[in-house]
Amino acid sequence: MSVEVRVPTVLRPATGGVAVVPGEGATVGEVFNDLIDRHPGLKGQLLTESGELHRHLNVFRNDDDIRYLGKLDAEVSEGDTLTLMPAVAGGAS
Amino acid sequence: MLVIRKKDLDLMTCHALDGYPLEVCGLLIGTLRDTDVETDVTSVEPTENVAASSRVYEIAPKVLLEVERRAEAGGTQIVGVYHSHTHTDAKPSPTDIAQAPDPTWHYVLVSLRDEHPCVRSWKIDSGNIEEEEVVVKW
Ligand SMILES: [Zn+2]
Repeated sequence: MSVEVRVPTVLRPATGGVAVVPGEGATVGEVFNDLIDRHPGLKGQLLTESGELHRHLNVFRNDDDIRYLGKLDAEVSEGDTLTLMPAVAGGAS
Repeated sequence: MLVIRKKDLDLMTCHALDGYPLEVCGLLIGTLRDTDVETDVTSVEPTENVAASSRVYEIAPKVLLEVERRAEAGGTQIVGVYHSHTHTDAKPSPTDIAQAPDPTWHYVLVSLRDEHPCVRSWKIDSGNIEEEEVVVKW
């Protein structure tokens, strides 16, 4: 499947400044591996060392948060859009 | 430098006071100028603090997506985030710095520690913070 991946500003140094990049795969995890092949700088930004979805990254398949769709196992269809967004949070201590 | 209208500044301050004793948060919408040195805030979007805490804040991912789409449809973008500090000064905490999502963003802090609310704006890049000027226009 070919999907479109929307990359937030904070990750664009890894994609040469490009905001929308193509990706290939049948699941979000496969698309991420494809992205990492094309843009190695994304590696530590998308996945933890153990290969889990990074805690401070939100991923939407079209309108839906993949946390509720099986995370990296979430299936993607031809023409889907994956939107990556950093978590926005903070704390006093 | 952050250029913001008085009504948006008031909106953030009122939101912070209304939400007390919990921290409140919201997003800044606007346009980054070419130079990236100066940003015009065209609107402010108060959001729910899903952490519902006096110590931490968190914006729901879904809300972030919705606000970004709405901003893009209007030819603008998310240019920063604001949140309140109920008992500390208007300066990013170590956690705020560690979790800052984007170095191009502006981080506005509204402190309610003293008698009058205090608003300050910061840039946060790779663990370094720098205060910036806030210009209020009518
Ligand atoms: Zn804070």
